[in-house]
Amino acid sequence: MKPPRFDYHAPTSLDEALSLLGRYGGDAKLLAGGQSLMPLLNFRLSRPAALIDLNRIPALAYIKEADGQVRFGAMTRQRAVEFSPVVQARLPLLQEATRWVGHLPIRTRGTIGGSIAHADPSAEYPAVLAALEGQVVVRGPRGERTLRPEQLFRTYLTTSLEADEILTEVRLPGMPAGAGYAFEEFARRHGDFAIIGIAAMVIVEGRRCRTARLATAGAGPVPVRLRAAEEILEKDGLGDAAIDAAAQSAGELVGPDSDIHASADYRRHLTRVLTARALRRALARAGGR
Amino acid sequence: MKMSDKVPVRLTVNGTSREGRCEPRKLLVDFLREDLGLTGTHVGCEHGICGACTIMLNGEAARSCIMLAVQADGAEIVTIEGLAQAGQLHPLQEAFREHHGLQCGFCTPGMLMTALDFLHVHPDPTEAEIREGISAVLCRCTGYQGIVNAVKAAAPALNRSR
Amino acid sequence: MSSQRWVGQSVKRVEDSRLLTGRGTFIDDHPPVANLYQAAIVRSPHAHARILGYDVAAALAMEGVVGVITGDDVAKATKPFSVGVTAPVHYYCTATDRARFAGEPVAVVVARDRYLAEDAAEAVLVQYEPLPVVLDPERALDPDAPLLHEAVGSNLAGHRRLVYGDPDRAFAEADVVLAERFKFPKYGSTPIETYGIIARWEPLDGVLTVWSNFMGPFIMHPLTARVLGLPENRLRFIVPSDIGGSFGIKTSIYPYIALIGLSAMKTGVAVKWIEDRREHLLASSSGTDRIAYREVAARKDGTVLGMRFKWFDNVGGYIRSPEPGCSFRPSGNFVGPYRFQDLEVDASVVMTNKSLTGPNRGYACGHLYFETERMMDLLAEKLGLDPAEIRRRNLLQREQFPYRTPTGGLYDSGDYPAAFAKALEMAKYEELRREQTKRRAAGRYFGIGLALAVDPSVSNMGYVATALDPQFRAKPEYLPKSGAVDSATIKIDPLGRAIAILGTTPQGQGHQTIVTQIVADELGLRPEDITVVDEMDTFTRVWSISSGTYSSRFGSVGTSAVALAARKLKAKLIEYAAHLMDVHPDQVEFRDGAVRVKSGQGPSYSIKDLAGRAHWHTESLPQGMEPGLQATAVFGFTVSQAVDPEDRVNSSNTYGFIAEVMAVEVDPETAAIKILKYVTVHDAGTIINPMIAEGQIYGGALHGLGGALYEELRYDDHGQLLTGTFMDYLVPTASEAPVIEIAHVVSPSPLTLLGSKGLGESSSMTVPAVIANAVSDALAPLGVRISELPMTPTRLWELIQAARPKRKT
Ligand SMILES: Cc1cc2nc3c(=O)[nH]c(=O)nc-3n(C[C@H](O)[C@H](O)[C@H](O)COP(=O)(O)OP(=O)(O)OC[C@H]3O[C@@H](n4cnc5c(N)ncnc54)[C@H](O)[C@@H]3O)c2cc1C
Ligand code: FES
Ligand code: FES
Repeated sequence: MKPPRFDYHAPTSLDEALSLLGRYGGDAKLLAGGQSLMPLLNFRLSRPAALIDLNRIPALAYIKEADGQVRFGAMTRQRAVEFSPVVQARLPLLQEATRWVGHLPIRTRGTIGGSIAHADPSAEYPAVLAALEGQVVVRGPRGERTLRPEQLFRTYLTTSLEADEILTEVRLPGMPAGAGYAFEEFARRHGDFAIIGIAAMVIVEGRRCRTARLATAGAGPVPVRLRAAEEILEKDGLGDAAIDAAAQSAGELVGPDSDIHASADYRRHLTRVLTARALRRALARAGGR
Repeated sequence: MKMSDKVPVRLTVNGTSREGRCEPRKLLVDFLREDLGLTGTHVGCEHGICGACTIMLNGEAARSCIMLAVQADGAEIVTIEGLAQAGQLHPLQEAFREHHGLQCGFCTPGMLMTALDFLHVHPDPTEAEIREGISAVLCRCTGYQGIVNAVKAAAPALNRSR
Repeated sequence: MSSQRWVGQSVKRVEDSRLLTGRGTFIDDHPPVANLYQAAIVRSPHAHARILGYDVAAALAMEGVVGVITGDDVAKATKPFSVGVTAPVHYYCTATDRARFAGEPVAVVVARDRYLAEDAAEAVLVQYEPLPVVLDPERALDPDAPLLHEAVGSNLAGHRRLVYGDPDRAFAEADVVLAERFKFPKYGSTPIETYGIIARWEPLDGVLTVWSNFMGPFIMHPLTARVLGLPENRLRFIVPSDIGGSFGIKTSIYPYIALIGLSAMKTGVAVKWIEDRREHLLASSSGTDRIAYREVAARKDGTVLGMRFKWFDNVGGYIRSPEPGCSFRPSGNFVGPYRFQDLEVDASVVMTNKSLTGPNRGYACGHLYFETERMMDLLAEKLGLDPAEIRRRNLLQREQFPYRTPTGGLYDSGDYPAAFAKALEMAKYEELRREQTKRRAAGRYFGIGLALAVDPSVSNMGYVATALDPQFRAKPEYLPKSGAVDSATIKIDPLGRAIAILGTTPQGQGHQTIVTQIVADELGLRPEDITVVDEMDTFTRVWSISSGTYSSRFGSVGTSAVALAARKLKAKLIEYAAHLMDVHPDQVEFRDGAVRVKSGQGPSYSIKDLAGRAHWHTESLPQGMEPGLQATAVFGFTVSQAVDPEDRVNSSNTYGFIAEVMAVEVDPETAAIKILKYVTVHDAGTIINPMIAEGQIYGGALHGLGGALYEELRYDDHGQLLTGTFMDYLVPTASEAPVIEIAHVVSPSPLTLLGSKGLGESSSMTVPAVIANAVSDALAPLGVRISELPMTPTRLWELIQAARPKRKT
């Protein structure tokens, strides 16, 4: 299991990286944390002509707040996200989800940009991006674009990025103070990709649920934002009946597939169960009721 | 760099500057083992799951089988060979011996590196946290209990030495 | 009797210093010869295909390549391996005419390094004609099933119907008869260190030296020599002192030894091959998947009268020795810990297009006890008896030992009721039952499982012949087989320190430590004065075909060999000292590392004194005494006998006992299983090092749990492996590992020098049973019964759904 031969470049600026990408006309691969790409290379399932290593572009690694958002350079390590005070204060849902991403030594290298660009539907970050209505910033020879999750994720391991584009930044709106949140996940072993994961956030006002946000991991070819389920809660509040109805609706909104780890029916069922659990935990955190 | 060109890799390993030349595709673990002769770091899966190849990269645990040697150019690495100092086992190594945290010893180098990083981040862990922390490394011999006990026992000693 | 200062203590391990500091000597670590070339193996992408031809020109022309060996070369230069059945299965070290499982080796590329070898392996062109595939062992026996081996004429590698006592009468007289079908999964122990081999050929001497992490049994050495056409004394196997786990799996490396050996012979360079994880999962070895039909006949009071076993064991594309041990390794303990006398075993060993099988921790016992212990619970349920009570009523009693089982096993010692009672007491069984009632009333799914097992150790080589018909075994030209031996040498240097030399192949069991403890006690030495050398080398060690570190042998036969060697040496020291003191040897004794006159009068001679004199002044030895202070002992069991004409065989030599209790709660919504309590009580005779013994139990239990819940080599309908990575083949991590409460009861074995038995396989053979029983009990209110492993969340959830009255979420 040794990787095939490839050219290797380690640009130090984004522009340099973009021009290299252009030069290989789609035959090059960007190397971020390598925690998904390197296994593929070792299995020789991926055979790029060149690797363009983003690890020597310091300008791509940062966490900063602007316009009510938290902005992450694509090369920000998952480990940096996990221990960031900004994330803890403004995006506790992301912090909770991070602990489900592999293991600490994986997060040492793995990046937020890589995880989202890799578009594994069972991954946690894409679900959080969907739940919080975040955006990604993409740079290419034709300039910069900003994409919402539903514009970004196409299907399994596929995004709408062009071969000459780089995902440069991830933007997540800061969660309002007092928002309840939970990331519920069921995996076969600790550290595995989710069989089903549910990212949930609720903002409670008195007996009302002002905002509900729900998105899935593992429940289909792309993360699914469970808008109809959210609407039930926004209309009927967060009582047991409403939560059960939202969970029921969640099960209907997803179209999971079967694989060796779980059947489609079981995944659909888990979507219901975990949606309810996530909402109850989020509600408890919001201090509601 | 073209495919088959050998490139220089300069890095600090266990406090010593080391240098070698290899193809860009060479995995860091192979470079450490073959080019630098540091065979204490083991290979168990070459796809990032088993953790046997875990090393300290700039002070943090990372898998050396899913990283290229060229990427480590300029880095500071600690391998299992660098853990014991001046002929003295590190307190974590002592704890592994004391609590039977190893049998065949094949996972052990990666396990120690992972546990060390874990204890830096969680100086006073619960048993559940320890289990979660070391779940990054697969061990087929011990059933993990000895390892959990060793990590628990080592925590105070590591805190003292900090 | 020597004083036991060290035996019985949790002595810290000698091995740990090097292993903790990265100084182990694993096969991939230290090249024993310079200028090694590396091999990459080309493997069949098809599960079943005729091989039409090879084109190696492009590969040969590639950078760094020194040779390519194909199935054609293998067919010309080697013989097929002997197999343990009479069916004409031609099993070579690569595919020759056909590939019979996905991942079967078809060619080898030897190149300057592994990267280049893998590049060139991709350039080897093999032309295939795909053939239809069969994967299910029952389906494979249909007359119209795709046929793997034309020469055999069917996919049945072997079949035996073994009858002990009068099972038909037992079933006729029974008050109740129950039948159930079980499925046991194909899984392996996936040691973290994969297979590794280095081969060097000396053409002028005609000697092939092979370094590898082979674990034995060394019967595979003569088998391999024969395949390569080498005299046995020209084939040298060397095993480095560190092996990164094995659990039975590394027994099956030997076909690769032939292949890499041949590659070295053909290319003229020293060749190294390290298996990668993909290759390991595809094509190394695993236990068999089995479909089993069980019937039990019992009286109303729960007394089991007889059982019928019908097995379809799937050994994959060929039958590779030591298979069909999958069916027959537990022959002597087929009845487990129970008293019933009448049984029938109908075993079919079937070939399909899956990877090959072999010993895997608990070899065949995980299967056996899963079925038996599930049947005991089903019977208890049927009769309205408590599962503990039904077991008590059938257990062998203490006064029955030594006990000859109806199938020929000789249980050397034990007190099963006491061990079982201890497990129940530790688990607070009655309290658990009350807890269950409470939780059930609250709508929760809490279950308690029990499992009992006889833990066989030290296989008697003779059991393999159970696979053959008695008529075949009766032929005059048939050579009966039996035996289980191990050897050890101890030498004392001129300054009185000892070196013990073993021919074992430990994989983490701490032999150096254990031997240090034994020698320290036997010779009254300090542990630091003892060095233990355990690299195996067929040219320098005393060994026999049963040598190796497998079937939990060391704790029983290996330790006996060490103690025997020490005692021989001690006898010599006594005789020598008596001679020096000019007294009769009866008048002296060996105490605290010195020979003294029993009366306490007169001089004493320490080992150091005696060693110095013996080495420096041979004239001082008594007349006729061999110079030098060393002793080699070979220990063998006299109870290892060949299979008798009624198919009875004492398939192992020492037999321990395991009693387990587990409590679980199942989340009916997610089907997640939570282990709340797990108690295991072992009787492995004398425990030499409790710390090491417990380590074995922890490890064994987790292997059992892996097979019960997580691990399975799964294939699609085309025979493609679906679990070819560690992302998909799920090895349990620390978060999945249960907390275990362990206790021992000690019934020393009368057959071993220290009273010890093996326990290396331990709970790997009981956990599948105990957790299946616990989960079945938890879900009993829904009527869910577990008869298939692994219990994946999807499977369990489907069972719950099917059982449950339809309800709203
Ligand atoms: C043992 C193990 C367990 C894991 N468990 C989980 C888990 O539970 N959940 C989970 O989510 N992940 C898990 N992962 C994957 C891990 O999180 C990866 O870090 C992540 O999927 C990819 O991030 P990366 O930075 O490593 O990207 P890389 O592996 O470097 O790249 C992945 C892909 O994204 C592309 N890419 C990377 N960066 C960019 C960019 N800026 N612009 C455009 N394209 C880019 C690459 O070209 C490549 O195709 C696990 C990995 C391992 C080894
Ligand atoms: S060898 Fe690197 S994680 Fe397994
Ligand atoms: S000690 Fe053998 S794999 Fe962990």
